[in-house]
Amino acid sequence: MKDKSKSRVFSRRNFVKGIGTSVIGTYAAAPVLSKFSMKIFEEAETESKTKESLSLHVNGKKVSVLIEPETTLAELLRNKLKLTGTKIICNQGECGGCTVLMNGKAVSSCHLLAIDAAGSEIITIEGLMSGEKLHPIQEAFIEHDGLQCGFCTPGQVMAAQAILIKNPKPSKDEILQGMSGNLCRCAAYPNIMKSVIAAADKNK
Amino acid sequence: MPRKIVKTKYFFEEDYRETIAEVSTDKYEDWKNNDTLKVVGKPVSRIDGYDKVSGTAKYTFDVDLPGMVHARILGSAYPNAIIKKINIKKAKQLEGVLEILTFENTPKIPWYNNSTFLFDSHVRCEGDEVAAVVAESECIAEEALKLIEVEYEQLPFVTSSNGAMKTDAVKIHDNGNIVGGRPAEYSRGNVDEGFKEADIVFEDTFDTQVAVHNPTEVHCSAANWDGNKLTVWDSTQGVFAVRNVVSASLGLPESDVTVITKYMGGGFGGKLETGKYTIIAALLARDLGKPVKITVNRKQMNLITGNRPDSTQSLKAGIKKDGTLTAMTLTSYSAVGAYPSWGGCSGPFRSIYKCGNMKTTEYSLMINAGRARAFRAPGHVQGTFALESFIDELAEKAGIDPLEFRLKNYSETDPNSGNPYTTKLLREAYKKGSEAIGWHQKRKATGSDTGYLKRGIGMATQIWGGSGGPPAYVTLKLNSDGSAIILGGSQDIGTGTYTFLAQVVSEVLEIPMNKMQVILGNTSSIPFGPESGGSTTAPSLSPAARDAAEQMKNKIMSGASAVLGLPENELIYKEAAVYAINDKSKSITIPDLMHRMHEQMFITNGARSVNPEHYAINSFGAHFAEVEVNTETGKIKILKIVAAHDIGRVLNKKTVENQFHGGIIQGIGFALMEERILDANTGKVLNTDFHTYKIPTIQDVPEIEIHVVSTGDNLLSNTGVKGMGEPAIIPTAGAIANAVYNAIGKRIKSLPMTPDKVLNALYS
Repeated sequence: MKDKSKSRVFSRRNFVKGIGTSVIGTYAAAPVLSKFSMKIFEEAETESKTKESLSLHVNGKKVSVLIEPETTLAELLRNKLKLTGTKIICNQGECGGCTVLMNGKAVSSCHLLAIDAAGSEIITIEGLMSGEKLHPIQEAFIEHDGLQCGFCTPGQVMAAQAILIKNPKPSKDEILQGMSGNLCRCAAYPNIMKSVIAAADKNK
Repeated sequence: MPRKIVKTKYFFEEDYRETIAEVSTDKYEDWKNNDTLKVVGKPVSRIDGYDKVSGTAKYTFDVDLPGMVHARILGSAYPNAIIKKINIKKAKQLEGVLEILTFENTPKIPWYNNSTFLFDSHVRCEGDEVAAVVAESECIAEEALKLIEVEYEQLPFVTSSNGAMKTDAVKIHDNGNIVGGRPAEYSRGNVDEGFKEADIVFEDTFDTQVAVHNPTEVHCSAANWDGNKLTVWDSTQGVFAVRNVVSASLGLPESDVTVITKYMGGGFGGKLETGKYTIIAALLARDLGKPVKITVNRKQMNLITGNRPDSTQSLKAGIKKDGTLTAMTLTSYSAVGAYPSWGGCSGPFRSIYKCGNMKTTEYSLMINAGRARAFRAPGHVQGTFALESFIDELAEKAGIDPLEFRLKNYSETDPNSGNPYTTKLLREAYKKGSEAIGWHQKRKATGSDTGYLKRGIGMATQIWGGSGGPPAYVTLKLNSDGSAIILGGSQDIGTGTYTFLAQVVSEVLEIPMNKMQVILGNTSSIPFGPESGGSTTAPSLSPAARDAAEQMKNKIMSGASAVLGLPENELIYKEAAVYAINDKSKSITIPDLMHRMHEQMFITNGARSVNPEHYAINSFGAHFAEVEVNTETGKIKILKIVAAHDIGRVLNKKTVENQFHGGIIQGIGFALMEERILDANTGKVLNTDFHTYKIPTIQDVPEIEIHVVSTGDNLLSNTGVKGMGEPAIIPTAGAIANAVYNAIGKRIKSLPMTPDKVLNALYS
């Protein structure tokens, strides 16, 4: 699954040009304070040996990165790509808080190595939006108040989206099954259920 | 804006909070029931919804500052030990490690009521803070923790309240294991006389487990210094409480500390207290000159960031043949962990029923485990389970229907103070709830259901304080285009504070909510308000918001009077404009008024009024549960919960119903599945993640029906709101326990009611 082809294109020279973050591609590198740039250069010298190159699509954009092989998909999304809508709650694949879509299916991004997502299409909560406009599922969660503190909400919304991709007109049981991996400690579950049903009804 | 300073008190998390506070003495016309209002009470969508569904809501967990470094905490491996030596050399050599704090190199900042320090050489529970590492990445910090070599001298330890009570028990602290040195005692009347009057005397014992808050956002803080000025982002339920502890711990003026919580991922009481981690982050950030973020991981949260303490409750009561209570006593033992905390649960026992002869004795005991904290209706959840199970037993002894028994002992005044209630609509809640569940039609004789799936119906009563009170402030800024900014003395914990403040202002000024911004959770910009706890936020803040809005309306009227040249009594305010009553051609809008007055902004500051004297203020309610017990597997299935409550005025139908759902479902978790398991042999917690500490999922949700039987408590405040966040969870477990008894004819006296306990009750 590792995208080795990318490492040939990805030279150290290119990397140093983009110092400040190991992310290249469509995510622009943040400018870096001069006092840190020497440090970054040293890292580039040593880390290119231990880092893996990876390319994948995130929210429709191609992303190529150099990462430590132990980086999880959730860490890649949050720490490197700054897509902090995806939350980490249990960090071991038990709660669904970090749910994103990988090739259209719900995965726990905290429980998946980023390198195992090489070449795949990832959609996060940010990717559901069209600019500042909400997706109908997101609107349904507001309308039916399918949240309280909101911390598990991105995961809930993505799990709901995965259900609707699989079956635009899911039964109540399919929704219960599909949402049962997403914990909500505020227990806004009845309204989460209403939100998903409402979103599904728009497909009818 | 008439104000005065008064001495006042109100109920906050199982205790009365006494303060001298500035209050508003303005009187406004009572709001009638919600049908007559335009915005308040309506099912308005929450205004923070967009941020939360889009993923743009920034929680403390998401704070990312330029140059930020990351800290992690090493917890004790043992339940009771003296640290003989800490070798941090290897950890420090790991590339990317910046600094390590231990008790040897950190100021002795007192913690937990002076019972320990930020870092102590004596660790008293698994997970107790031993060291903190800050490194360039979270990963490096985690790795470094493993390289710290700690030499412990292990000490004997105690893991239960029974053990802690023994005369030869290990002393967790020098002054013994009973918090405060003796039990908390309360009495009224004469219980000996009361028992003599009784025809039946009955006693029983119940126990409840330790439950852990487990909010979704882990406890975390970020700290950044700018010279002597410190900014702290914290996942907290009380920004001012954190600010005050941080400034006191570090010796800073409060003006130099800003605490920010725009959004936070759940607390349930666990985040009412300042964490050691916050101070650690601030110390490290100052030393390094870099922003530091610190997170407590899920395992540590299950160990040291609070829990609902366990309880063993022995209840005794005397009743007359007709069911009248003549005397009641309660003795409870609760293990509150390694540092002083409170484990009492007598609130409901003393307060719900009419009984003149009463005595309660509550022991809060220290053991070598994580310290207890307030957890959604502390004391009341476990106390109500025992009391309401016991009341059903008494009803059966007297041969009276459980609901009738409760009505027979209904208290028209507060049994503690003798004061009348501002409102008590418990009778109405009983009526509504019993009708909705089909109490008189569907409920069968106990244990009479045939077949292996047995159904039953049960109920339990709820009481809580939740009056809120001063000091609490809301500042209102009206812009020159007629839009408004509301600064509330609070933080939002998911309960809808952003939204109801806008609703209240919109109700008064008739400005649409989409022309308002609400700012919470920043100690340097918002006015003061209480922690989000005790179900006090809406009852404290909403009257202050109305006060601010009414003052604003007065200001606009006064300005319009001067500009239009008409006395105020010939003017009328309507939809953010002022009209002459007798001359429709004379009117002025807010923007025009501001323009004519050469003003850019009108500002008012609203305050909470004082609570009425010589009244008891409580919320009331009842839950009715229908369950189905599988007598072959022991599994309890909840079919339906009906909740009927007196909570004063509903500010927002949508968010109130949602919060009721949440409380009830957490109550189901407490009743059926949640339990922290502490191993008596090792003193370690066996379940510190969601795989082993079970909380309800969407599949565990029964049909839920909510009835609010109250309108507005106009004696209480200008909005008439009582708090409802905690009432929502209080009676659920008791109602389920009574329904299980009705189904199978065997009483489960221990929570959680897991299948093994059900099968043991059925077949042993």
